[in-house]
Amino acid sequence: MNAPLSRRTVLAAAAGFGLSLQLLAVPAIAADSALNKRRMIVVVCRGGMDGLTVAPPIGDSDYRGLRGDLALDGSALPLDGAFALHPQLTAVHAMAKAGEARIAPAVATPDRARSHFEAQDVLETGAAGVYSATSGWLNRAVETLSAHRKVDALSIGATAPLILRGKAPTASWSPGRGVDAEARLPSLLQDLYRNDPLLGPALARGLATEAMAKDATAGLDGGPAMMTKASAGAAPARPGAQQGREAAHNLGASLAGFMREPGGPTVAAISLDGFDSHAGQAGLLNIRLAYLDAVLDGVRQGLGPEWKETVVVVATEFGRTARANGTGGTDHGTASTALLLGGALKPGGIVGDWPTLKQQALFENRDVAPTLDMRGLFKGVLMEHMGVDRAALDTTVFPGSGAVKPVSGLI
Amino acid sequence: MGLADQDMRAAIAATRFGLGAKPGEIAAARRDPQGFLTGQIRRQGADQPAGPPAATTQRMAEFRDYQRQQRQARLEKAADGRPPASAPGTTDGAGAAMADTSAQTAVRDPVKIVGAMLRQDISSDFTARTQLAATTDAAFRERWALFWANHFTVSATKAITGTVVGPFEQEAIRPNVFGRFEDLLDAAESHPAMLTYLDQIQSIGPDSPAAQFARRGGGFGGRLQPVANRTVGLNENLAREIMELHTVGVNGGYTQADVTEFARAMTGLSIGGERDGAFGVAIFRERAHEPGERTVMGVRYGQSGRAQTNAILTDLAAKPQTARFVCTKIARHFVADDPPPALVARLETAWTASRGDLAKVAEALVSAPEAWAPAPQKFKTPYEFIVSSYRAAGGQPAGFPQFGPILTALGQKPFSAPSPKGWPEDAQSWAAPDAIVKRMQFAQAFSAAAARDRDPKALAAEALGARLSPETATAIARAESRAEGFALLLMSPEFQRR
Repeated sequence: MNAPLSRRTVLAAAAGFGLSLQLLAVPAIAADSALNKRRMIVVVCRGGMDGLTVAPPIGDSDYRGLRGDLALDGSALPLDGAFALHPQLTAVHAMAKAGEARIAPAVATPDRARSHFEAQDVLETGAAGVYSATSGWLNRAVETLSAHRKVDALSIGATAPLILRGKAPTASWSPGRGVDAEARLPSLLQDLYRNDPLLGPALARGLATEAMAKDATAGLDGGPAMMTKASAGAAPARPGAQQGREAAHNLGASLAGFMREPGGPTVAAISLDGFDSHAGQAGLLNIRLAYLDAVLDGVRQGLGPEWKETVVVVATEFGRTARANGTGGTDHGTASTALLLGGALKPGGIVGDWPTLKQQALFENRDVAPTLDMRGLFKGVLMEHMGVDRAALDTTVFPGSGAVKPVSGLI
Repeated sequence: MGLADQDMRAAIAATRFGLGAKPGEIAAARRDPQGFLTGQIRRQGADQPAGPPAATTQRMAEFRDYQRQQRQARLEKAADGRPPASAPGTTDGAGAAMADTSAQTAVRDPVKIVGAMLRQDISSDFTARTQLAATTDAAFRERWALFWANHFTVSATKAITGTVVGPFEQEAIRPNVFGRFEDLLDAAESHPAMLTYLDQIQSIGPDSPAAQFARRGGGFGGRLQPVANRTVGLNENLAREIMELHTVGVNGGYTQADVTEFARAMTGLSIGGERDGAFGVAIFRERAHEPGERTVMGVRYGQSGRAQTNAILTDLAAKPQTARFVCTKIARHFVADDPPPALVARLETAWTASRGDLAKVAEALVSAPEAWAPAPQKFKTPYEFIVSSYRAAGGQPAGFPQFGPILTALGQKPFSAPSPKGWPEDAQSWAAPDAIVKRMQFAQAFSAAAARDRDPKALAAEALGARLSPETATAIARAESRAEGFALLLMSPEFQRR
């Protein structure tokens, strides 16, 4: 398969063939056919994931002093002289070495309240402040794109995450036992729900997704029986680390399976819970990051050739205090690390600036200082990779964010 | 919108304020629907689930033994040169748990035996609570208790708290839900389960004698897992969540500095270890308390020791922001995701006039006209849906396997709220396409077992009364089997809401 044409190369080619200005308006359709294949996945890590554990700044001379026993020294997987990845992030590390993963080590939403729930709201609504929007930015991005091309979105998990809630209809799926195609009940209920604005569309989409799931999850190791043991949306329910990793891997692979189906979703969101590490942080994040790594590895393997059309963004609502607290953990902070992954990614170093951990550089003498607005990161991916135009990004997808520049050069 | 007639009010009393109607319940409420509810309010609090009361101290001792055995087993295996076993229950105890109630798994390994016992404890606590909800005649009282259990969430997502969620509800929540908010607040925040869940037990005043001793190389006695030579200090988790989630709310006007000051004041609140002779009991460690005066939300607290925390909690409970925040939550839980401001105002007035008497607030709720609007605004949570299904069938779950796994599949894993904020309230969270399909699958399986020789038309009339729509009644009447008719009832738009 040929590399996808970017809008720029299509336009350049059109110019080269001496096409008239009038026709130059048309290549947008040609460009769209390349855009049609683009895929974007957002992974929300809930609880305030500690950026300094995800990507320890091993080259920062203040890191060890601030973190004490929590500092990851020899065990971390080096990226360059300045940063490394947590030892459990082996798949992410391999992707980074192949130029398919980058870190943004000091990103934050505009929210500074250090409340999980406010910060998650702001992260997912894409608004400048809490309680100013009720739909999710990813939903509004889908809505915007749907004016130009068919874009379907899927969330993985038993409950619908705010990031994908809104006017654009979206599907949701979690591992389960499938629908009996012979039963009358689904069609009787669709009839009973015909005037129900909540249940009618939800059931219709749920049934359509179930039908697709039969193919999407076929051939996974362990099969559907294994899948039922993963509690979707959270870390896998089985405690054994190996089983947990397998279930997480399968969750990622089945998400990829959906995205490879004909007519399958091109945009998806998945949540991982449990990153709030006030105490016993080392052990807790060991497990959570192993699951995260397995999900991402499952996505990459499951997407196969489509991986090169894909960008995955991993983000959390806030980072944690730069200093360890008194209980082997860290408290709510500000900036954290986001991960960018995918075959469509342009190789490069860190995204955004590193503020350092010098005392005077810490935010409120406590947290990693934000140098990059999370919305700029999302906007960069939506603009360069998914083809959302700047005006829509500034007004609709991230309302009132005109001053927040999309990060460029990611794709 | 006019007042609903008496039949409609009876149906609303049982379904919106209660947990779904049992056969005969709507008829019992018909004479005086509001009185049917106020009659359930009582000073001594909510009902306790059947069975021997589960004691926190005993559960904590069992968990300690379990951890010891795990450590021992790991050491032995390491000595054998085999790779150490992974540690079940270290992060997600309850979850693991409920996946297999494993009386049958590997019977000889002592670690597994104790682990199975702990899981058994958790699932039997949850089963007893669900059986109470499915069968009680005072379902408004139970819903009121469940509201407060969710307001003061302790979750089994942390392994060590898994076995004490049930005891926490029984000891701290249920006895206090019709008393003063201040007393409920104190009972919840100082319970060993909450102190553990929100990391308070390890929080130590940086300038306290205990911290100074630890810095000189001494250990700090009394924690569940003493670790030598570790840094000791503040943990602000509980202080923040008390302000943000339990009292004044996130817009309540506090700052990061208030959180930190409150955390300093609370140092010393902990639970006893073996050396204290009070294992698993909430105690106050003077030696871990940060000495000195504290300032929280502009008020100076010069008290020493535990009295400082008490004074701050008392002031937080009395703040108007707390009345506003908590009354809004009550209205949202009982009436609508976006509750009528007039209703919130009524609740606040009752709260303020009675100085946080929760019995008076409950009375204000059931006497508020806004709460009786005929159109149902609330989409049932998975637990409400499952409990009301049992009530509609006039039955109760025989055991955990009948209803535990489906709750997990629907996103509401037993005793495992995803965060200290508790379970979400809004329809958007629970009505995802996948969840509707899974509810339908549950309704199919449940009806096949429950509706064998019953008349689904009669069950629908008992379960919904005047709320049963002609469309649903017709669909049930046309069903090709009793099971299909009952499943249509459970999945009908009006049964899915309350």
